[in-house]
Amino acid sequence: MISELEMGKAESELELGLGLSLGGGTAAKIGKPGGGGAWGERGRLLTAKDFPSVGSKRAADSASHAGASPPRSSSQVVGWPPIGSHRMNSLAAKSAREEEEAGKKKVKDDEPKDVNKKVQVGFIKVNMDGVAIGRKVDLNAHSSYENLAQTLEDMFFRGNPGTIGLTGQFTKPLRLLDGSSEFVLTYEDKEGDWMLVGDVPWRMFITSVKRLRVMKTSEANGLAARHQESNERQRK
Amino acid sequence: MDRRFPFKVLEHIFSFVDSNEDRNSVSLVCKSWFETERRTRKRVFVGNCYAVSPLKVARRFPKMRSLTLKGKPHFADYNLVPDGWGGYAWPWIEAMAARRPFLEEIRLKRMVVTDECLEKIAASFRDFKTLVLTSCEGFSTDGIAAIASTCRKLRDLELRECIVDDLGGDWLSYFPETSTSLVSLDFSCLDSEVKLSDLERLLSRSPNLKSLKLNRSVTLDVLESLLRRAPQLVELGTGSFSDELDPEEIAKLTKALSELKQLKSLSGLWDLLPEYIPLLYSLCPRLTSLNLSYATVQMPDLIDLLSRCSKLQKLWVMDLIEDKGLKTVALCCKELRELRVFPSGADLDETDVTLTEQGLVSVSEGCPKLESVLYFCVQFTNAALVSIAKNRPNFRCFRLCVMEPFAPDYRTQQPLDEGFKAIVERCKDLRRLSVSGLLTDKAFEYIGVHAKKLRMLSIAFAGDSDLMLHHLLSGCQSLKKLEIRDCPFGDTALLENAAKLETMRSLWMSSCFVSFGACKQLSQKMPRLNVEVIDEHPPKTRPDSSPVERIYIYRTVAGPRLDTPEFVWTIHKSPEVGVSRLSIR
Repeated sequence: MISELEMGKAESELELGLGLSLGGGTAAKIGKPGGGGAWGERGRLLTAKDFPSVGSKRAADSASHAGASPPRSSSQVVGWPPIGSHRMNSLAAKSAREEEEAGKKKVKDDEPKDVNKKVQVGFIKVNMDGVAIGRKVDLNAHSSYENLAQTLEDMFFRGNPGTIGLTGQFTKPLRLLDGSSEFVLTYEDKEGDWMLVGDVPWRMFITSVKRLRVMKTSEANGLAARHQESNERQRK
Repeated sequence: MDRRFPFKVLEHIFSFVDSNEDRNSVSLVCKSWFETERRTRKRVFVGNCYAVSPLKVARRFPKMRSLTLKGKPHFADYNLVPDGWGGYAWPWIEAMAARRPFLEEIRLKRMVVTDECLEKIAASFRDFKTLVLTSCEGFSTDGIAAIASTCRKLRDLELRECIVDDLGGDWLSYFPETSTSLVSLDFSCLDSEVKLSDLERLLSRSPNLKSLKLNRSVTLDVLESLLRRAPQLVELGTGSFSDELDPEEIAKLTKALSELKQLKSLSGLWDLLPEYIPLLYSLCPRLTSLNLSYATVQMPDLIDLLSRCSKLQKLWVMDLIEDKGLKTVALCCKELRELRVFPSGADLDETDVTLTEQGLVSVSEGCPKLESVLYFCVQFTNAALVSIAKNRPNFRCFRLCVMEPFAPDYRTQQPLDEGFKAIVERCKDLRRLSVSGLLTDKAFEYIGVHAKKLRMLSIAFAGDSDLMLHHLLSGCQSLKKLEIRDCPFGDTALLENAAKLETMRSLWMSSCFVSFGACKQLSQKMPRLNVEVIDEHPPKTRPDSSPVERIYIYRTVAGPRLDTPEFVWTIHKSPEVGVSRLSIR
C-alpha cells in the first residue's frame, strides 16, 4: 500500500513507517536540523512560520487586515482559541471599552483586585526570546527564586525524551539567576518597568510582578542600568 | 413485494419511527420498505448540503414538512474557512419551492442565505411556520421583513449568531397587524435598535409567544414594559442589563420579573451589573437553563445567583465564575447536565481569573447528571482528567480547550495522554470529544482503542506522526466528523485509511503536512469523496510534493460541486485532468 505513494525526493525526509513498530522510528521528520527523535517537531513549536504550509500564518495576516481576527493575541494564531466570532467580537468590544476607561478603571479595579491578588497571585505569563508561544507559571506554587528558575528551566529547556522542552539544544542547567548563562530572567512590575529578577525579597517580588521574560543576556545589559535607576527611584 | 404487510400497515408502523438514523436503516431493508419509508418521512436532515443534490432530496420525500441543512465545516466558526467557500442555501430553497410547497420548517446552519432566499421562502410556502438560522450570513433585515410580513402562520423566527446586514429595526413592524401566531422570536444577534412601540405592540398581539430573545440594544429601562405584555414567557433573553435605573424602576422591574411564573430559561444579560442580581432571585428556583456567558459579573456576586438555582440543567458562564463559583455549582445545582465555561479576556494571555482544572473536577464530583462540558482553561493536569473521568463516566460530550497550545500537565510536565485515556476508557457513551494540550501519538492510540461510540473529534496542535491519524481512522468505529488543525502528519495515514473516509460525513485538515499528490491519489481512489483543496495563497506551480493549506474531504453522491470559488479546487477523478474548478455563475 505504502509503495503506491510516489513521493518526490523532497519527501524522503517524510518517514513512511506505518508498517514498522511503534515508537520514535515512525516520527515524521520534516527537515529541521538539530531535531531528533519523536519530537522532531521542535521547529514547529518555535514559530508558526516553520510550517511548510504557510496558510496558518498568512491567514492570520490576511484576517488581521480584514479586521476579523481577535485583538492582540500573543501567539497570533488564526482561530485559536476556538471561540465563535460573535463571542470574540463581544470580548473585543469589551476590551476596547475597558481600554477607553483605562485610567479610571485601573484605579477602581486595582484596589479590590490587589487584595485578591495578594491572596491568590495565580498565573503569570512567561515569554522567552525566540519562542513564539508563551507559557504560564503559577507563582503560588513556588517558594523562592531558585524554585521558580528551576520550573522555568524545566519548561523551556529540558531536553529529556518523554518530557518536552521547547527547544532541544540546551541540556545543561541554565542558571538563570546568576547571570552566567546565555539567558537571564527578567520581569515587568506593576509600574511597567522591566527589571532583573532576584534583587528584592521573594514576597515583595510576587506582589509586584506582572509578567516574566526569559531574555538573551546580550539584550539585558541595558536593563542592569535601568534596574539601578528604578531601585533608586523606589528608595526615594 | 411483501404481501403480508400492505402499504398502509407499514406506513402506520413507520409513523412511530422518529429518529432519522432509524429511518435510514429501515430504508435499507428492501425496496418496499424504502418506498414506504420515503413516502412517510416528514423531517429531513442533511448534515452536509453538498453530500446530495437538492433535487434528489425533494423528489425522494414527497411528504417532507421540515428540512434541516448544514453547510460549512465546523471550523468556519473560528475563521478557518475563507469567506465565499460555499454553503449556499439558494439551490435548496429553489428546489423545495418548486416541488414541496407544503414545507413548513427550514433550519439552516452555517449556510449563506440571501434576501432572495428569504423572499422565496415567504412567497412559496404558504403554511410556513419555522425559520431557524444558526451561524448563517448573507442576508439583511429586509429579508427578515419579508418573512415577517408574508408568512401568516409563522411560529418561529430565530436568528442565532448570524451575521446580518442590519439596515435598521423596521422589520419588526412588518408582522401582521392582527394577532400573530408567534411562539418564538430570537433576534439577539442583530445590532440595531428596534422601536419600543413596535415591540410592545407585537408582544401584545402575540398571545402564544413562549420564547423571546432580545438584542443587546434593548435597554434595561424598557424591559419592564415588555415583560408586562408577555408574562407567559418560558424563555427570555434580555437585552443589556447595565443601564442606570432609579429605585422606582427597579421595583417595577423586580415585580415584572417575578410575574414570569413559567420562565425556565434566561439568557442575554449583557454586562449584568452586580447590583441587579437580586432582581433575578425570584426566577432562580424555576430556572433550568441560564446563560451568563455575556454577563461580566465576577465573583463573589455570582454565588448569590447560582446558589438559588437548584433546578439548573444547563449553565453557560465565563471563567469569571472561577473555581470558587464552580464549587457552589457543584453544591447547589444537582440537576446540572450541561456546563460551558468561556474565557472572559479578549487578550487571552492577560487573565487575572482563578479558573483552574479544579473547577471542573468539583463540578464532576458534585453533579451526578453532568454529561456535556465545554471548558476553556489555561492549563490542566492528567490527575484532574483522571478524577473527572472517574467521577463522571456518563459524559456524552467532553470538550476541553487548554488554551496554551502544547501545554503539558503543568505539575508533571508530562503530555496529557494519560488523562484523555481515562476519559475515553471510562466514558463509554462519549459521542463528542475535543482534545487539547500536549498530546503524543499515544493519546490517539487510546482514543482509537476505546472511543467506540465517538462521532465527532476535534484536534489542534497535537500528535507526533501519521500514526496519530492512523489510530483514529482505523479505531474509532462510529467516527463521523473529524477536524484537525496544525498537526504534523498527512499523507500516509490518509491513503491507508481512504475507505474509512466514505463512512464519515467529513474530514477537515488545515495546516497539516498533506501533500498535493496525496490529495490527487485519494480522490482517484475514492470516487464518492469530494477532495477539496482550499488554498488562499496557491503556489505558482503545484508539484505533487507541495503541501496544501487546507483540505476538506466529504462523502457525496452529488459529484464535485459547481459553485466553488477561486480558492477552492476539487480534485478531479481522472488523473490526466488533475484539478478542476468547475463553476457556474
